[in-house]
This record gives sequence, structure tokens and C-alpha cells, in this order.
Amino acid sequence: MKKLLLIAGGCFVMLSSFAQSEKFTAAMKKNLAELDSAFKNPAYLLTLANNFERIASAEKTQWLPYYYAAFCQVNNGFMEKDKSKIDAIADKATELINKADSLSPGNSEISCIKSMIASCHMMVNPMQRWQEYGAVSNENMEAAMKQDPANPRPFYLKGQGLKYTPEQFGGGCKTAVPVLETALEKFTAFKPASELHPNWGKEIAQQIVDGCK
Amino acid sequence: MKLILTTALFFWFGLCHAQVKISGKITDNKNRPLSGASIQLKDTYDGATSDSLGNYSFISDEKGVKDLEVSISGYNPVTLKITLENVPVSFNIALKEQITELKAVVISAGTFEASDKAKGAVLNSLDVVTTPSANGDITSAFKSLPGTQQVGESEGLFVRGGSATESKIFIDGSLVNNFFYSSTPGIATRGRFNPFLFKGTVFSTGGYSALYGQALSSALILESVDFPDRSEADLSISVVGIGGGIQKLAKNKKSSWGVSFNHTNLWLAFNVIKQRQDYYKVPVANQGDFNFRIRTKGGGMVKYYGYISQNSTAFRVNDIDSTVLKNAFSLDNINIYHNLSWKERLGKGWRLNVSGSFSTNKDDMANEMQDAANQKVIISTPDFYAFKNFNLQSRGTYANGKLLFEKKFNGMNAVRFGADYFYSNEKSTYTLYDGSKYDEKVGDKMVAGFAETDVYLTNNLAAKLGGRIEHSSLMNKWNIAPRASLAYKTGYNTQVSFAYGIFYQNPERRILPGVAGLDFSKASHYILQFIKQTKDYTFRTELFHKEYDRLYKTGFGNNGREVAANTNGTGYAKGVELFWRDKKTIKNVDYWFSYSYLDTKRDHLNFPGRITPSFAATHTASFVFKRFVLPWKTGFNFSYNFATGRPYYRIAYDNTQNKYAITDEGRTINYNNFSFSVNYLPGLGKQNAKAFSVFVLGINNVLGQDQVFTYNYNNNGSRKEAVGPPSRRFVFIGCFISFGTDRTQEAINNNL
Repeated sequence: MKKLLLIAGGCFVMLSSFAQSEKFTAAMKKNLAELDSAFKNPAYLLTLANNFERIASAEKTQWLPYYYAAFCQVNNGFMEKDKSKIDAIADKATELINKADSLSPGNSEISCIKSMIASCHMMVNPMQRWQEYGAVSNENMEAAMKQDPANPRPFYLKGQGLKYTPEQFGGGCKTAVPVLETALEKFTAFKPASELHPNWGKEIAQQIVDGCK
Repeated sequence: MKLILTTALFFWFGLCHAQVKISGKITDNKNRPLSGASIQLKDTYDGATSDSLGNYSFISDEKGVKDLEVSISGYNPVTLKITLENVPVSFNIALKEQITELKAVVISAGTFEASDKAKGAVLNSLDVVTTPSANGDITSAFKSLPGTQQVGESEGLFVRGGSATESKIFIDGSLVNNFFYSSTPGIATRGRFNPFLFKGTVFSTGGYSALYGQALSSALILESVDFPDRSEADLSISVVGIGGGIQKLAKNKKSSWGVSFNHTNLWLAFNVIKQRQDYYKVPVANQGDFNFRIRTKGGGMVKYYGYISQNSTAFRVNDIDSTVLKNAFSLDNINIYHNLSWKERLGKGWRLNVSGSFSTNKDDMANEMQDAANQKVIISTPDFYAFKNFNLQSRGTYANGKLLFEKKFNGMNAVRFGADYFYSNEKSTYTLYDGSKYDEKVGDKMVAGFAETDVYLTNNLAAKLGGRIEHSSLMNKWNIAPRASLAYKTGYNTQVSFAYGIFYQNPERRILPGVAGLDFSKASHYILQFIKQTKDYTFRTELFHKEYDRLYKTGFGNNGREVAANTNGTGYAKGVELFWRDKKTIKNVDYWFSYSYLDTKRDHLNFPGRITPSFAATHTASFVFKRFVLPWKTGFNFSYNFATGRPYYRIAYDNTQNKYAITDEGRTINYNNFSFSVNYLPGLGKQNAKAFSVFVLGINNVLGQDQVFTYNYNNNGSRKEAVGPPSRRFVFIGCFISFGTDRTQEAINNNL
């Protein structure tokens, strides 16, 4: 009996710690599965951002939920039509990505989000802000390439940025496509560290390249 | 047994995990729903986001006393202790709005802000320099805003019926004593400072903060830039001179230094564009400057900027009193300026700002009568001829320091206090035609203390209350100046502000040393403002009333010079101003329009009574239009400035009545100036270009319209001569090249 209780007790402890990581993975997967549909509905993007933030603040030591919370926030910022609200959203994304950064310093994926946040700030008034935020965005993009040369996302971001830069400023399809093709090669070779790790961008990169043809 | 136990375990487990529903509604204080709020049971994954009606609901396995956390940006977060059992629970939670810069009303009566970041700014840093009529001069850019006069015969800002001496300029907190190049008769000189040195500008046309003083009408507050974006070198070549410099940013981006040198020489320009004056020494200026900036360990900043500048010019004009003689004026100037400032965070919301400036100025002026062969002639009778031959040597030393403490509280509330010290020592030697010398010395030591508080009652209602106390050794008197501003948000993008303040000022140097026992002159401001501002347009209107008291009246000093005699002068200025800026209606075009109506009269200096001063026009308007055509890589800027004619007077001493009298008066023709500039950026968008260049063409008074600023009278008043610009038009052509980085924007800034 004693033995049995011990086994049961032991099982329970094991179960609960196993359940914890199981629970984390399950919760993350559930929210990640909804990312695609969220892009069609900006309001839901904020809900997902909050979901990830809740997981992050409960877990405290995982960088991924902070990363995805920031990712959802910055995309929410890109989709926001009222430009007066964008800075506050980007600031929120910065707060989240800084937490991810302190848990996983020098991470190429995190640098990508930082680059996106700077671009988001820049969008509020590109003429006035490109000098300041354009530089921050570039810096982080370059840092991301250095931190992990195999990561396709900084190349995708660079290509995307070029696509939406006016031709007179050295942008447009002509300069964007070669960079995006490099990104696509890297996407093909890229294996995420786990099913929870960042693995987005390939479809949009392909769409831009196709759109340029 | 085993089975029972296992079943029990499962049962217990299941019980434990019975789910409970938590729901409710999130609102603000006024019961308006808040969507997008995050609701979370602390340290669990459980929670939800409120929907568009503020409703939320989620299920949780948790039991017992838990923390329910609610947060949304812009509101104070709330944590609620809740007890979870097996029944659904509902919590409606109201959040209090945070007072944030983004939402709060801006205390703005009387001020124009030019900044890329400040909320409520009407101009950005680019505008200050791309306004064509400004020709790259900081203060001139502000002449396209309401409240300022289009005065062309002398430098400075003439604001709301005030003279140029009533406007003071501050850099990083320190007063600048010789902001403009030394005055030359009938020609407005430019500011000594490159507009590119500054990142933010606050131009106050009245009711300014207690942190500043000694300006009856207006304060122009400039804040210098922090670090350059990266190390770079630049070069400029234009019809008025050449220049170059380097800026070096440390690798860790925690310090930078830079040097630059500029040589200005108007020989070419004056040979091509005929000047009204006959220059026998074309204006030449040499200026070398140095700067460094260091980020401190505590996140503060130390900044230094200093220059040495030398310039000289000499020109002759026909003498107004004779048909054959000429009046020749020459000026040599050396000006040295240092400005050092230190900003530091002291923790717990405290900040410290220490700033100081030190400058010296040396002017050697000479005026002489010349004959047709340009030889000096001395005529001693009548004596007004004799006085046209003189030398004036002036040496000035100026220092000032400012200490400012600031404490920020929650919700943007703040307290500021500190002290100012101003030192000036000016010596001059006046040598008359016969060699007789008059030495003069004027010095002042002034101390000032100030305190100010920002009170934000809600996002919609705020006040700035302050006071300033000053003591001047020159007059040995104290003054106390209260200041107050209120702002109330009347709608999503509209607000009303009110400002009141008393302002004091010492007599200007020109009328010193005066009689003993002088007091500060005084102005009281009342300003009412309405603003409607969205990201695409700004509408701003102000009503103001200014009452002048104790203005200086002048008499004759012992060498026949006009000096301060008493403080019996008075005056007033009142008016209404409009400003409209629109960046949207016409595609790719940004334009603004300013209008000022001014009613002012004053009795000061040698005026026989209250009259409208010659620097005040009743109606003033400007229109600025900018368009950048991307495919051409070219920007086009136009500006039109208009002012109704200004009064002019001949004021002479009437020996029979022993007082000054107006013997002749009139009004000048209306002022019109249409200017335009083009910037061409051939390298725009070239990737990885090693050098970047910008070509600029600017033309002032394109249409060649007649401009008369005022009239000069001869000695007996029988003849008057119009004072106009030195040339009908001025054309500027230049090329600016920078190495090391794409400085498109800055290049545009730098040259106009």
C-alpha cells in the first residue's frame, strides 16, 4: 500500500511536471495554429498577442511566447489604419521583445522583430522618420543575418522592404527579387529547432516574387 | 483495493479540474466599453481579451483565491483578488485612464513648436530650413508664422508690436548675447548659427515659461542635436563661400566630436548682383567650430559647442545731407562662443540640467565722410557733419549659467525650479572727428530664481503655474514675475488655452549708461488660443493683448548720444492671428498660411507721444507651399510674404518747445516678397553611394517687386530717402556633398 501510494505520488509529480510542458506545448500550438487566420482579422491578432503574453507571463522563462506576442503586436501595428495609434502598439511590442531578448540574448529571430518594430514606427511618417528608424531597422536586420546566417527571415524582411521602397530610392521589384530569392533558398533549407520555433514568411516571400513576374 | 484507490485518485483529479466560467465587462471610468483589454488569472494561461463591447469570458480549472489582472495600454492596470469555486462568476471592472503625453491636452498658448517628435508641433525641423524666404536663417523661418513682422532693414524678431530687442534667444537653456552678426546700417544681418545644429525649437510669441526672462515680447528656445547618425564628412561650395567639416561618432555610440570650417565671401555674388551699397570691402567671414557630446554612465548627456568667428565688411553710400559726399562705414568683428550643458537623471523622477555659456565680442566700427575720390574729409561745421566721422570700438564679455532641477510625478505632473546667473561687461571707446575720446563701461550682474509646476488634473485639463524673481546690479532693483497657462481639451482634436504673465527687461545696450535709478520695463500678456489639429491639418487662432509699462524714454547723454532718461513710456499691442496648415487636400503638397492683425501704439525712446512704431504693420500674411517631385528627384518650395505699409516718422527736437516733435510722417508701400527654391538630389536612392550631393537654387523676390522698409531723413528734414533691400533680387546657387552616409534630408536642410 505504502509502495503503491509512493508510486501514485511519484506518478502524480511526474505527471504534473510533464503536464506543465505538455500544457505549454499544447497552448502554444493551439495559438500558433490560429496565426494564419488572425492575419485576416486584426482584432483577433490582438487577442492572440494577449494569449501569448499570458503564456509568457505564467511561464516566465520561455522566450517564444514573448516572441510571438511581440510578433502579433507588431503585425497589429502594421495593420492599424489610425496612424496616431501605431506608436503605442509598437512600444508595446518593444516591451515584449525586450523581455524575450533578456531570456535569449543575441537571437537572430528576436533581431528580426526589432527590425520590424522600427519599420512600424517609421511607417507613421516615413519622410520624417526614415533617417532615425530606417537606420535602427537596418541595424537589426544586419544583426539578424550575422547572428544566424541560415535564418531566411532577415533576407525576407530586406526583400520586402525593398519591394515597397520607391524605385527612385533604389527599391522596387528589380532590387527586391534577388534578395527574396536568396531568402527562398534559405527557407527551403531551414529547419526550425522545434515545431514551436519561428517558421513563417516563406509563403509571403513567394507571393511577392510571383507578384513581381 | 488498487482499483478503488486509482478511481478515487482519478475522481479527485477530475474534481480538481472542474472548470468554472469567469466573465464580465471592462469599461473606463465613464462606463464606456474598452475593447482589447487583456484579462488574466495571474501565473496561469487562463484569460481573455475584451471584445468590442468590452465583454470578456473564459473558463479556468483554478480554485481558491486568485489574482485577476486587467491591463490595456493607456489605462492604469487593475488586480482583483477573486475566489473561484464551482459556480460561474462575473466581474465588471472599470479602469482609470492614465494621463499620457499622447492623450493629454498641450499647454500651448503663445507658442509654436518646431520639432519632429513633440505633439502639437506646427512645423518640423525640415520646415525651419526649407522655407524659401528664410534663406536658411533660423529666425527668418519664423517670419512665415503669425505674430512676426516682415522687417527687412534690421535683424531680429519683431513680435506682436515689440521691437527686436524684446526677443531673446536661448540655446540649451543659455541666453545667447550676440546671436546675429553685428548690425550694419540699413541691412539686416543673419544669425550666426547653422539651423542644422538644432533638433527642436520653441518659438514663443508671448506668455512663455518662468524658466526664461528678460524678454518683453518673445523667447526663441533652441535645443541642440544629440549624436550624429554616424561618422561623416561634408563639403559645401556655393556662390557665397565654401565650407567643410567632419563628425566622428565613437563605435560604442556613446560619444562624438566634430569640427567644421566655413569661409563666406560675397565677392562673386556682389559682382554679379548689383548692390545698392558700394562695397569697398566685400563681406568676408571665417568661422571654425568644434563640438563634442558624451553620454554619461547614468544615461545623461554632456554637450559642448563652440566657435571662433571673424568677419569684416566696408561699404559707402551717398550721404543724405549732400550731393557730392559719401558716407563710408566699416566693421571688423571677432566673436567667440562656448556653450556647455549637462543633463543627468538623478533617479526617482529627478533630473538635473546644468548649462553655461561664455562669449566675447569685439567690434571695431568706423564711419567717415568721403569725397568723390573716396578720400576722407572732415567738415566740422555744421556739427552734425562732424559727428559723421567717428570710430567706435566695443569689447563685450558675457557669461551665464543655469541650474535647473526637475521632478516628474505620475501622470505628467512635474515641478521645476532653479536659478540663473547673467554676467555682462561691455566697454566701448567712442572717438570723435577731432580725436576726443569717450570711454564707457556698462556691466550687469543679474541673478534670477524660478519655479514652475505642471498640473494635469485629467487628460483634458492642465495648468502650468510659475514665477520668476530677478535682481539686476545695473539698476539695483528686484522684480517678481508671475506666469500662468491653462489648457482645456474641448474635443478629440480641439483645445482651448489661455496664458497670462508678467515680463521684465533691462534697458538695451544702445541707450546705456542711462540715468541712475532706472527700473525694469514691464509687459503683461493675456493670450487666448484655439487649436484644431489632426495629422493632416492644423488650424490655430490666437487673440492677444499686451500692456507695456515703464518703457524707457531717452534724452541726450554728455557726448550727444541718446541714452535712457526715465521709465515714463507706456504702450499696448493687441490683435488676432490665424494659422492654417494642410498636408492633404492637394496631393503631395504641403502648404501653410498665416495672417496677423496688429493694433499697437507706444511711447518710448524719443517718441513725442503714443504712436504706432515704424516696425509695426497692421496686416501681415504669408503663404508657404512645398512639393517634392520624386521622379525628378527635385523639391520645389515657394513662399509669399505680404505686409501692409508701415508708418515712418521724422522725430526731431523742437528747441522752441523743448521737446521732441513729429515734423513729417507717412506710410511705406505694401511689402511683397515672392521667393522660391529648388533642390535637386541626383544621387537619391543610389544604393551604397560613397558620396551624396544636393544642388540648390534659391531666388529671393523673384518678381522684383519694389520693397521699401522705411525712410531716412536728412538733417533738416527737407529730404527723405527710401531704405530697401541691398539688391532687388538675390540668387543663391550651391552644391552640398556629404561622404559616408546618405544625408539627403539633412542636405536639403542645410542649405536653404
